[in-house]
Amino acid sequence: VRIHRVRSCSSIRFIKSKYVCVFDKSALKFSHQQRLFRTSAVSCGQIVQFKLSDIGEGITEVTVKEWYIKEGDSVSQFDSICEVQSDKASVTITSRYDGVIRKLHYSIDEIAFVGKPLVDIEIDASKGVASEEDVVETPPMSHEEHTHQEIKGHKTLATPAVRRLAMENNIKLSEVVGTGKDNRILKEDILNYLAKQTGAILPPSPKAEIVPPFRKTEAVPAAPKDKARKIPVPVSRPIVFSGKDKTEPVTGFQKAMVKTMSAALKIPHFGYCDEIDLTQLVQLREELKPLAEIRGVKLSFMPFFIKAASLGLLQYPILNASLDENCQNVTYKASHNIGVAMDTEQGLIVPNVKSVQVCSVFDIAVELNRLQSLGSAGQLGTSDLTGGTFTLSNIGTIGGTYAKAVILPPEVAIGALGKIQVLPRFNGNGEVFKAKIMNVSWSADHRIIDGATMARFSNLWKSYLENPASMLLDLK
Amino acid sequence: MVLQSLNNCLWLSCILRTPKACFRSTASGGLIIQSVSNDVYQNLALEDWIHDHMDLEKQQILFLWRNSPAVVIGRHQNPWQECNLRLLRQKKIKLARRRSGGGTVYHDLGNINLTFFTTRKKYQRMENLKLVVKALKALRPQLDVHVTDRYDILLDRQYKISGTAAKLGRTSAYHHCTLLCNADKFVLSSVLKSPYKGLKSNATPSVPASVKNLFEEDPSLTSEMLLDAIAKEYAAQHQMDHHITLINPADETMLPGISNKTKELQTWEWVYGKTPKFSISTCLNMAYKDSVLDVRVNMDVKHGRIEVCNIDLPQQWLPPGLYSELVKNLTGSKFCPNETTTLVTALLRVCPQDDELHSRWSLLCENMIMLM
Repeated sequence: VRIHRVRSCSSIRFIKSKYVCVFDKSALKFSHQQRLFRTSAVSCGQIVQFKLSDIGEGITEVTVKEWYIKEGDSVSQFDSICEVQSDKASVTITSRYDGVIRKLHYSIDEIAFVGKPLVDIEIDASKGVASEEDVVETPPMSHEEHTHQEIKGHKTLATPAVRRLAMENNIKLSEVVGTGKDNRILKEDILNYLAKQTGAILPPSPKAEIVPPFRKTEAVPAAPKDKARKIPVPVSRPIVFSGKDKTEPVTGFQKAMVKTMSAALKIPHFGYCDEIDLTQLVQLREELKPLAEIRGVKLSFMPFFIKAASLGLLQYPILNASLDENCQNVTYKASHNIGVAMDTEQGLIVPNVKSVQVCSVFDIAVELNRLQSLGSAGQLGTSDLTGGTFTLSNIGTIGGTYAKAVILPPEVAIGALGKIQVLPRFNGNGEVFKAKIMNVSWSADHRIIDGATMARFSNLWKSYLENPASMLLDLK
Repeated sequence: MVLQSLNNCLWLSCILRTPKACFRSTASGGLIIQSVSNDVYQNLALEDWIHDHMDLEKQQILFLWRNSPAVVIGRHQNPWQECNLRLLRQKKIKLARRRSGGGTVYHDLGNINLTFFTTRKKYQRMENLKLVVKALKALRPQLDVHVTDRYDILLDRQYKISGTAAKLGRTSAYHHCTLLCNADKFVLSSVLKSPYKGLKSNATPSVPASVKNLFEEDPSLTSEMLLDAIAKEYAAQHQMDHHITLINPADETMLPGISNKTKELQTWEWVYGKTPKFSISTCLNMAYKDSVLDVRVNMDVKHGRIEVCNIDLPQQWLPPGLYSELVKNLTGSKFCPNETTTLVTALLRVCPQDDELHSRWSLLCENMIMLM
């Protein structure tokens, strides 16, 4: 075993003096050739002043831009401590020691000097202190592998405890995938690697049969007769779960939802559902889609649903109303600003199409295209998101048949549209045919909307969609 | 020059960790790779990956890459201070924050990026830039190009054609620079002009410079010629074969962990959240009915979120309860127009339904959102 003694370096200054260079005794256990550079200080909880090392190019001062740790944090060797900047170069300073941060010598935007203390670290008593040189420790392995390692030029990061665990289990660190910072190999990674290999933490011996759990072997059918064959036994493996709960404040989109939904709670909801046969509408849309495309517009079903809703609202204007806070007055809104619930990366938003009562189906399609592209780019403006009077939510594009939608104040009604399914239905002649069925679930404010009104509105809306030609009669 | 596809490149895979039998290439000292992707996030992720994973002791690396339109800010910069974010969003130009220091640059396919990877000890920006100048002069001897002591490359002693930045880690370092060949100068100058007023910050400021494209100087030049000339010079200086190996930064098998790096570079927390603390002190001029209101706004933004918010409105212009709701909700929220819009419109749902109130609210909020 070759052990190198490194000169004590002047840049490591101990507050309590007297240090001795000793061998790390665990080094003697290694039977393979390896290189380890160590000096250790014999003391408990020594505070070391970690100095800012040379940056290169003759630079003497840098600006501290970000601290990755704070006083009281524990750090391991190679953990990032801070980010400093000098003349267009951003430098990550990493810790040379395992220990606890006791003092930060600079605050953000202060100038730090090369060769002067950056942080004070209290060293763990049990562990050694790394030398001045930046070294890459090579893991314990045979000589051939060592050469092979050099050819690969692969470096592995792992704390001494992890290396010991790997060595004890005859694991090559190069074959373990590290999941820690900078792809460092953690104890969990070693355990997972082992679990995959043998199903238990045992050094594989030449005689023991390695039985992968949950895999059937050909031996099973012959088992009763052949005693020599082994029956696979599921081995219980240690479950290493290193996940932690994560708490974060509610902000942004979530906060908006909280506000809206808390207010919606005050509204007594009632629901009403029905089934719509869209067979004719599907066919109509197929015919109209290419026409819309020529005009540069994508035509979905929503423009039809929206226009039909507006026609219905003309007959039942109470569904397009608003109740004031004290429930003293009902305001019948003149304009049908129909909201369309949209799911974006950040969350739910509900832009609305203004004045649907004076828009054609094509106009609505154009506006929907505009709102959708702004919505997915996160660029909807306040005017697009305010002023809604009635909302449709097409949850069916994601899935589902029935839903109970929540009314968005200050509105009084909302419709949730399920997905369009092909289902068998009877026609006028009593024959079964393939029908395109969609379910709608309405929710309304029971303080001013009664069941009968909701039902009649729904029937009217349904009739327009089941027989699109009838929309022509009432189009304004 | 030989372009080799990655599948044929045994010695690259050997360096990248797979324990296969490998042959040492006859060349030593250097490796030249070129990205097949034009996605700024993928390419930046590849830089990070090489920096974190590859051993540069025996072999230095030159990485060649180009991006579709993007603005790239330095590690410690403030995007609001550096560019016109509204214009970027409108034009769908990407915004990226790199890990190296330095100033803001505009990338498009008319700009070449060069990254020189070395060990920390062999970090040498001046040498790298001199290599580039040497390559340019070898290609076109009459070009008046030289390196300044600010690590810029100037054309005709006045126009900046290249800017530099660097990143140093524990054992590796990289120095990258741009090279303007045929970039859209009009878009460049319009996106790199910040419209945001009243910003006070310690973030690294960019130093504006007049720029020129190399192709304006010599229209016979092409990007391929420039890349080839630089590769040739690098190869000569590193005593290596003049190969350029193509690399796909989306290949997770070859580059395990790279998709996580790519994702991280695109998160809001990285792009905007890493902005050093800054404050805004400005005046909104809101035209309301027949008058113009001057409204002083003061905000502190930390980690991209509003830490403190003060809006100096005339008394009773908004009901006090609503004003405090607004401030309370903005505090802790991202300094982001999308998020603010969602919040303020949600708040509008739960306040009294009064047209006058709504129009004042919308006016104020729209002006606030313009600051972001």
